[in-house]
Amino acid sequence: MPEKKARLARQFIAAIPHSRALDMQMDEVFSGRATLSLPYDSRFIGDPETGVLHGGVVTALLDTAMGAAVVSHPQSTGGTATIDLRIDYMRAATPGQRLTARAECYRVTRAVAFVRATAHDENDDPVASAAGVFTVEGSKP
Amino acid sequence: MKRPEPVQVIKQRRDAALMQLADSIPYIRFLGVGFERRGDELTATLPYNEKLVGNPILPALHGGAVGAFLEITAQIELAWSIYWPQFEAGATGPRTIPKTIDFTVDYLRSGLPRDAYARAVVNRSGRRFASVHVEAWQDNRSKLFAQATGHFLLISENG
Repeated sequence: MPEKKARLARQFIAAIPHSRALDMQMDEVFSGRATLSLPYDSRFIGDPETGVLHGGVVTALLDTAMGAAVVSHPQSTGGTATIDLRIDYMRAATPGQRLTARAECYRVTRAVAFVRATAHDENDDPVASAAGVFTVEGSKP
Repeated sequence: MKRPEPVQVIKQRRDAALMQLADSIPYIRFLGVGFERRGDELTATLPYNEKLVGNPILPALHGGAVGAFLEITAQIELAWSIYWPQFEAGATGPRTIPKTIDFTVDYLRSGLPRDAYARAVVNRSGRRFASVHVEAWQDNRSKLFAQATGHFLLISENG
């Protein structure tokens, strides 16, 4: 069952056009935890002076990782959608480096899922952290 | 008394300044976000594109794409309001875009596969920080599909 869920989550990411457009890759997904990454791309720059990625790219990666964490949770029953997402940008992502988001769905109720996540480049300090609330779809109210 | 500038000169100068602000950022071009101007009022447009979809079954816009659209709108509105006096004085050339400190998005309904619009309001712009609220809609201005509030850093870290 967990393996089936993991495969489902992987297919879920591959089927998302926006994730494909940003070249996202599912590195790991299991039981309410997901790790996704994307390569540095000059089309995603937010500050042309420094070459730093735009915050929106970090948002998209975090949001997708968090959604995947929800879908892969043992208590999840179907799809999900973002209700609320807060992102704190701690520092600029280093230009040229791969961006990775790790998400953990730490609580699922019948209606909503609570998720936290961090984004890293290839250095230790996090680039951003996120807290979100997602819908739990497919369950009976 | 100095005569007012001809209307076309004013429009051209403002449109050129706005264009330089927004089009200098590659990710704004990648998403296809555009800006319309009435005086100093800006409306951002996110033209529908298949690559913005997050749920292909519904279909619905990706939460990340919507969040990015709102963040771009907030950033450009803030920069526009800060640099407006300089632009009006005839200054040109690249401008630093304020850095986002935090951004909170409230997803009110799913984004439909059609164009989206957004407007931002700078609620406070101090010496170091600014707080900006942004609202986005699709068919009806009164039916928001997302809103957000963010804080931005106005000075560079080395002063």
